[in-house]
Amino acid sequence: MMSNGFEPKIVGFLCNWCSYTGADLAGTSRIKYATNLRVIRTMCSARIDPTFILKALLEGADGVLICGCHPGDCHYVEGNYKAMRRYPLLKRLLDAYGIENERVQLEWVSASEGRRFAEVVDRMTEQIKALGPCKVRTALAFDMAER
Amino acid sequence: METTGKKKLQIALYWGAACGGCDVAVLDTNEFILDVAAIADIRMWPIATDGKYKDIEAMEDGELDLVLFNGAVRNSENEHVAKLLRRKARVMVAFGSCAHIGGIPGLANQVTKEEIFDRAYLNNPSIEPGNRTVPLPESHVEAGALEIPTAYKRVYKLDDIVPIDYYVPGCPPLPAQIKGVLLAVATGQLPARGSVVGAGHRTVCDDCRRTRHERKIKKFYRPWQIIQDPETCLLEQGIVCAGSATRSGCGVRCPNSNMPCRGCYGPAPNVKDQGAKIVSAVASIIDSKDPAEIDRILEDVPDIMGYAYRFGLPASMLQRRI
Ligand code: SF4
Ligand code: SF4
Repeated sequence: MMSNGFEPKIVGFLCNWCSYTGADLAGTSRIKYATNLRVIRTMCSARIDPTFILKALLEGADGVLICGCHPGDCHYVEGNYKAMRRYPLLKRLLDAYGIENERVQLEWVSASEGRRFAEVVDRMTEQIKALGPCKVRTALAFDMAER
Repeated sequence: METTGKKKLQIALYWGAACGGCDVAVLDTNEFILDVAAIADIRMWPIATDGKYKDIEAMEDGELDLVLFNGAVRNSENEHVAKLLRRKARVMVAFGSCAHIGGIPGLANQVTKEEIFDRAYLNNPSIEPGNRTVPLPESHVEAGALEIPTAYKRVYKLDDIVPIDYYVPGCPPLPAQIKGVLLAVATGQLPARGSVVGAGHRTVCDDCRRTRHERKIKKFYRPWQIIQDPETCLLEQGIVCAGSATRSGCGVRCPNSNMPCRGCYGPAPNVKDQGAKIVSAVASIIDSKDPAEIDRILEDVPDIMGYAYRFGLPASMLQRRI
């Protein structure tokens, strides 16, 4: 199997106020979890433009995790609802691109949910290990080398 | 002409994977085309004049002052002629949406070449069951071997294949853009290489006269499903419009005719991915905080890929279905 020994690269866009703090809590509480996530802090999940997700996949991410405050808890009141509305439409687009469902996930993680954050990262890492590497980058390089 | 001491412009027009509309748009310049004939020699233009590949091959490199290439690249002939014309051209223009960003043919990047062949030649209601007549790159007849171009696995925009000097967007470009490009080359007043010419530097929304109110909606409509208010933003009425992600310069032709913008001018400046921006714009108009309801509302947007990249899938970040 391709996925044997495969360590996926997962890009995590975490909102500053809840999920990033939740990730911090996982760290300060010394909770062990998969090391596959590369975290990018954004001020709000609303800031996560669908372009960011496409760019992450294009540049070699095997998965992308989007985390924001639970609905109703947004520091900017409504920001995470913007993420909530974009996500299902982006997923439809990714589906049309042939990107497997598990590769891009949205999760609500609060500042106190360090344990849950660790579980989300572990679960997603396992799912992406099972899927194997994302083919976007290699496919496009191949297109340019050979018709 | 000789007596004036000024050499006529040497130009060629060519089509790759295209519908012919761009060529017709050139003819739509009406009498201007006669002025073109007065200042230029048209050395090749398959839709209107003669001109053989071997004549182009016999030219010096750089002998052509201007090549307007319309159409995308999706077979070996498109690529061969694009490379040949590039060698012979001082200025090469990707002319129209297909050359610029892949165009309608670029939608083929959602399926495989095999699927296309199957639908076109094998399993199609208008083909007799069991008929296996398919085009082959090479066939042998009594007179010898015959060749046709090889179809590629995907569609490319022109600058994936050869370096391009200028881009003229539009499906098709407007007569005024065409005149502008020809006059710019004729007078030597060319903008910076690599620029998009004959278009604006904002979004179609910026030029649109329709009013926006921060209104949200519970239902999307196809244009024919609703009697629209001609003064209000189409998106706010639930009609998916690409104006916010699309480069200006067309005069807002579609929304002014009560049709949504489909995005033919390509991504607006600073928009990296037209479809990603359209996804944002469409999602932002939804009036719901309930994931299940949002999903239901999105059922009325049946083909997001088609809306997001009607003209520009090969120019999108991911370019094709993987
Ligand atoms: S979304 Fe369409 S209708 Fe609305 S302002 Fe933009 S171009 Fe005009
Ligand atoms: S409104 Fe949009 S689709 Fe219509 S001509 Fe302008 S850019 Fe093209």
